[in-house]
Amino acid sequence: MSAPAYREQSSIPLEAVPPTEPSYLDGGGLMGWLNTRDHKRIGIMFYGAVLAMFVLGGSFALLLRLELLTPDRTIMDANTYNRLFTWHGIVMVWLFLIPSIPNIFGNFVLPIQIGARDLAFPRLNLASFYVYLAGSAIVLGGLVLGGTDTGWTFYTPYSETTPDRLFPVVFGIFVVGVSSIFTGINFIASVHMLRAKGVHWRRMPLFVWSIYATSIILVLATPVLGLSVLLVGLDHVFHLGLFNPASGGDPVLFQHLFWFYSHPAVYIMILPAMGVISEIVPTFAHRRPASYNAIAFSALGIALVGFLTWGHHMFVAGMSTIDSGIFGILSMFVAIFSAIKTFTWVATLYRGDISFNTPLLYFFGFLFLFMFGGMTGVAVATQSLDVHWHDTYFVVAHFHFIMVGGSVTAFLAAAHYWYPKMFGRLYSERVGLLCATAVFIGFVLTFLPQFLLGNAGMPRRYYSYPPEYQWLHVLATGGAWLLGFSVLLAVGNLIVSLRYGRRATANPWDSRSYEWLTPSPPPPHNFPETPVFDRGPYDYELSQEEVYARAYPR
Amino acid sequence: MPAPILGEQYASLDRQAVTLRFGMWLFLASELLLFSGLFVLYAAYRSMYRHDFVEAVHSNTMAYGTANTYVLLTSSFTVALAVFNIRRGALRAAMWLVLASAALGVTFLAIKAVEYGVHIREGALPGPYYHFADAATLGGNRFYTLYWVTTGAHALHVTGGIGVLLWTAWHVPRGRYTAGYHPRFENATLYWHFVDVMWLFIWPIYYLV
Repeated sequence: MSAPAYREQSSIPLEAVPPTEPSYLDGGGLMGWLNTRDHKRIGIMFYGAVLAMFVLGGSFALLLRLELLTPDRTIMDANTYNRLFTWHGIVMVWLFLIPSIPNIFGNFVLPIQIGARDLAFPRLNLASFYVYLAGSAIVLGGLVLGGTDTGWTFYTPYSETTPDRLFPVVFGIFVVGVSSIFTGINFIASVHMLRAKGVHWRRMPLFVWSIYATSIILVLATPVLGLSVLLVGLDHVFHLGLFNPASGGDPVLFQHLFWFYSHPAVYIMILPAMGVISEIVPTFAHRRPASYNAIAFSALGIALVGFLTWGHHMFVAGMSTIDSGIFGILSMFVAIFSAIKTFTWVATLYRGDISFNTPLLYFFGFLFLFMFGGMTGVAVATQSLDVHWHDTYFVVAHFHFIMVGGSVTAFLAAAHYWYPKMFGRLYSERVGLLCATAVFIGFVLTFLPQFLLGNAGMPRRYYSYPPEYQWLHVLATGGAWLLGFSVLLAVGNLIVSLRYGRRATANPWDSRSYEWLTPSPPPPHNFPETPVFDRGPYDYELSQEEVYARAYPR
Repeated sequence: MPAPILGEQYASLDRQAVTLRFGMWLFLASELLLFSGLFVLYAAYRSMYRHDFVEAVHSNTMAYGTANTYVLLTSSFTVALAVFNIRRGALRAAMWLVLASAALGVTFLAIKAVEYGVHIREGALPGPYYHFADAATLGGNRFYTLYWVTTGAHALHVTGGIGVLLWTAWHVPRGRYTAGYHPRFENATLYWHFVDVMWLFIWPIYYLV
C-alpha cells in the first residue's frame, strides 16, 4: 500500500520558536474568559455561539427537507412550514453566516497575521460579542414567541400585515447589525494602524485583504439594512404603511433598501471564505500564490462592485429593462473578479508540492461548488433567463451553492486549517478527509436536484408540489441528512481531538504565513517576542529553519 | 493627574490617538449611511408625490425648525471652542463649554417636543393617525410619516449625543484628558458635530424647499 497523500505534521520542533509564556488558553477562570479583552478568547467565544446557531439553523433545514419528502403534509402543517423556512433563513444568514468567518477566524487570526498584539479596540471587540449575544437572544425569542412567517427577506406588503409578530425579530437583527459594525470598524482600524514593522500593505496575508474588504461592506451596508428592517417593524406595529401601497407607500422601495445591504451581505459571507481559501491553497501547495495582486485587488473589486448590483433581485418587480440590463452587467463583473481568484488558486496548485490534507480537500469541494454557484449566478443575472427562474428552486440552489457550497465549505476548511493554531492539537486527518468527502457528496445530492426542480418550475417556499417533482425532492432530502450528519461528524472530530488529538507544533502545515511563527496555541500577546518581518507571507523558497532564524534572530 | 493609558497593542500614544480618531470616523461613515437611507426614502417619495410634498413643506412649522437650527449651530460652535480650550490646557473652560453644548442639545429637544405637540394638535401624525387639514393628501401623509421617522431618529441621536457629552464632561475634572492627549474628548465632539450636520440636511428638506 502506498503512503497516504496527506502529510503528517512537519518536523520543525517547537523549540525553534521561543517558548516563554503560557498560552492564551491558560488561566483566568470563567471570569477571565467572560471579561477578556484578548481577541483570541473573544474569537473562541464567538466560535461557540456561532456554532450553536449553525446547528440550530441546520436542524430547521433538516425538518424542512423532511416535510418536503411528500407532496402533502408529512410532519408539519403549512403555517409551521412557513415559519420554519423563515427561521432557517434568519438564523443562517444573520446569526451564522455573517459573523461566522470574520468573527471567529478573523478575530483570532487577523491580529496575528499583521503582527499585532491585539485588535485596535479590544473593549469594542468584547462589546461586539455581547451585543451579538443580546441580538441573537432577541431574534430567537422573537421567533419562538412571535412566530414570524415572512421569509428572511421581510418583503412588503405581506410583512406589514402578517398576523405573526415581527418587531422583536427585526429589532434583534438591528442589534446584531450593530455588533457587525463594531467588528468591521475594529478590523479596518487595526489593518490601517497596527501592522507590525515590516508588514506593509503588499506583505499582508491574503486573508487580511479579504477581511478588510468584508469590513468595508460591514461598516457601510449594515446600517441601511438595520434601518430598513426596523422601518418594516415599525410599519407592522403602527401601520405607518411606509412600504404599503394601500397607504401610498412603495413596496419595491423596500426591496431596493433591503438589497442595498443584503446583496453586499452576500459578499460579507463569501469574501472571508475566499480569504480562507487564499491561505489554504499556498500552504498546501507549498507555493507562492500565482498572483498576490490578483487575489488582493479582486477582493476589493468584489466589495466595491457588490454595492452596485442589488437591482438584480428585482428584475420582475417592475424595473425597466435598461435598469435591469445595467444591474445585470454590473453583477457579471463580480463573476469576473471571482473567476480571477479561481484561476489564480488553480494556477497556484500547478507544479506545487501538494499535500492532500483535509483543508485542501475542502478546497477542491469549494472549487467545484463555487464554480457551479458562480456560473449559475451569471445565468440568473441575465434578464431573459431570470424571468423564467425567478423565485424558483433554481435560485435557491444557486445561492446555496455559494452560501453553503462556498462559505460553509470554507468555514469547515478554516476550522480544520487553523485548528492546530487555535487549540494546539491535531485533529484526526482520516476522519477529517472522510467528512470532507461526505460533505461534498451530501451537498451535491441536496442542491443539484434543486436546479432541476427550479428549471422544471418548482417555486421556492411552497409547502406542496405536483407528484412528478417528488423523486427530486426525495433525493434532496436524503442529501440534506447526509450533509447534516457529515457536518456533525466533522465538528465531532474537532471536539474529540481537543482532548485526544496529538500535540501540534508551531507550524504543522509547513506554511510561511505569519500566524505560524508563534507557538500553538499562541501566548496571550500573540508572539513570545515580536518577530522580524522582513519577507512576504508566501516565501516558500525559504526553508522553515531560515524563516524562524530570520524571524527570531539570536 | 493620572497618565494616559497606552494600550499594549500600540507603539505610541500618538498612534493610539490617531487610531481612536480613525475609528470614530469609520463609525460616522456607518451612521451617515443610516441617515442616507432615510434621505433616499424622502427623495423617492418626493419624486412620487412632487406637488403634495411641496405643499406639505409649506405647511410645516418652519419657525420651530429654524430656531432649532440656530440652537444646534451654536452648540457646534461651543463644542468646537471646547476642543480649542482643551488643546491649550484650559480644562475647566473645556468642561463648561461641553456642558453648554449639552444644554443647547437639551434646548433643541425641548423645542422639538413643543413642535411635536403642535403637530399632534393639528393632526400631522404618521400613517393611519394622519388628519392634517393643511395638507390633506396622500403625499402629505407620506411626508409627515417620513418626517416623524427621520426627526425621531435624529432626536434619538441628539439624546445619545447629549449622553456622550455629559459623560465626557464628567471625566474632565477626573483627569482623564490632558492638553497633549484627549482623543476620546475630540471623538465626543466629532459625534456631536455629526448630529448637527445631519440636522443641516433635515432642516432644508423638511422645512424650506
